Amino acid sequence: MSTLRRRRIMNFVAFSASMFATAIGLALLGAILWTLLSKGVGAVNLAVFTQMTPGPGSAGGLLNAIFGSVIMTLLGILIGAPIGLLAGTYLAEYGRGTRLSTVVRFINDVQLSAPSIIVGLFVYMLLVIRMGHFSAIAGAVALAVIALPVMVRTTEDMLNLVPRSMRDGSAALGAQPWRTITHIVYPAARNGLLTGAMLAVARISGETAPLLFTALNNQFWSSDLTRPMANLPVVIFQFAMSPYKDWQQLAWVGALLITLFVLVLSVIARSISTLFGQHSNPGE
Amino acid sequence: MNTPAVALTGHLRREARTERVFRVATLASALLVLLLLAGVICTLIEGSWPALKVFKWSFVTGERWNPVTDVYGALTPLYGTIVTSVIALVIAVPLSFGIAVFLTEICPLWLRGPVSTAIELLASVPSIVYGIWGLFVLAPILQHSVQPWLIDHVGSLPVVGALFQGPPFGIGLLTAGIVLAIMVLPFVTSVMREVFRMTPVALKEAAYGLGATQWNVVWDVVLPWSRTGVIGGIMLGLGRALGETMAVTFVIGNAHRISASLLAPSTTISAAIANEFAEAVGDLYTSALFALGLLLFVLTFAVIAAARFMLLRLERGAVKRK
Repeated sequence: MSTLRRRRIMNFVAFSASMFATAIGLALLGAILWTLLSKGVGAVNLAVFTQMTPGPGSAGGLLNAIFGSVIMTLLGILIGAPIGLLAGTYLAEYGRGTRLSTVVRFINDVQLSAPSIIVGLFVYMLLVIRMGHFSAIAGAVALAVIALPVMVRTTEDMLNLVPRSMRDGSAALGAQPWRTITHIVYPAARNGLLTGAMLAVARISGETAPLLFTALNNQFWSSDLTRPMANLPVVIFQFAMSPYKDWQQLAWVGALLITLFVLVLSVIARSISTLFGQHSNPGE
Repeated sequence: MNTPAVALTGHLRREARTERVFRVATLASALLVLLLLAGVICTLIEGSWPALKVFKWSFVTGERWNPVTDVYGALTPLYGTIVTSVIALVIAVPLSFGIAVFLTEICPLWLRGPVSTAIELLASVPSIVYGIWGLFVLAPILQHSVQPWLIDHVGSLPVVGALFQGPPFGIGLLTAGIVLAIMVLPFVTSVMREVFRMTPVALKEAAYGLGATQWNVVWDVVLPWSRTGVIGGIMLGLGRALGETMAVTFVIGNAHRISASLLAPSTTISAAIANEFAEAVGDLYTSALFALGLLLFVLTFAVIAAARFMLLRLERGAVKRK
């Protein structure tokens, strides 16, 4: 067999294998979505959104868990996003090229992929022990700590995409840097910053591990931030691991709701950034 | 008196004051990122101190984990963490490589966007969903078809056979490894795709000019050129796999036991913390779980920092060449 022939066969084999790998990857996404739809959709009814989580072996809904998740995710992003925006601004503007920003950027990148359960332990020590009990506020802080690095990374990337000449033009008109940043740079990077915030929300709304020992769970309706609060991820965890059919059913519904929310949000965030020509990938 | 000049001075003074406040606020936020890391390290050390004082090094080397007699050794969860992560990489790396090659070399342009978005969506699926899917869908499939086959056909072989013996539980090290593989796949793929794309076009064209096939170019030009980045991507995946919690907690079986067989239930550091922390009674028990957290932190921090460092080096090289 000639070398050329052998190389061509190798080419064919390798590329077939690579297409096969892609097919497996896509099939896995399909399989997971299919499972969620087939097990979850049938059980979605009005009770899911109007009733509280039930006791063992009885029917009910997820109202308090959905409410708790929304509250804690919102609080988490409200705490995490502004700080992340400012820190990212420092990296892209004031601290550009300094050694401090190199260190902060590196540490932030490490925290981007750090295990979220560690954050749970951290906030447990920081807040739960001090307050003496689990609370929704501790859960929100844990989520904020996880959202922060996502915001820092996207903010820096997005601000760097704004042409330097725009800042120079603003400075030449006599604007202080803060005015340039808030009135010229932020508006120019608006879509990118929005994408970053949406990706951060997507990231924290499915987080379970950091909530396990901060917000804990609550079988009943609670809007008191200083008390344990129900939330979808922990309810899914508890219900799926239980032997009761009703609970497992609700766990599938919860999983479907969270996944749909997160996937739709990610797709919207991505299309905003591609439509407006800004790209960043904080997942890497 | 409020002449225009005075009004202007006042305005400029206010502008300058806001500037100082804003600058300090951004600096403080940047420092907060460092402070958080310091806080995490301090809390973990503080929390694990009582346990480390009692067990010293035997905490890492001890195999026994017994809340009743208050003896804690982290060897089993450590073993489970490493074994599941290695299984995950063995499965995920070839798949990611294949997908990255497909996306950069074979895929027609119009299909590139949808396929890479779909693969990246695997990364946004919450970890708890992987857990429930692994427990109710994957584990039964493994238990009824894959594992019996492995036990019958591979279990009798010398050396490797020991890895595939015992009853098919469905849940255990292998199942956790497979679920982890699906979860790290998008991250490894994404890094590989990016670094493949960074390969200078001139190099590839030179190889084509010499009569190389596309595969020759991938294997002999692109891969050697982007080696640092590929290893960085794999280590980033490893960092993810080591620390992943909820999905593993569902399918690992939560047994504090080291067995040679990959089919047996075991536990990992993160799964042990997630499972036992809320129920831990006694200060030493809680402290031992914090010590597990510290161990996990040190492990993942080292791996992720090394990965980031490698990717940073490759990026700088690419910028310099331009």
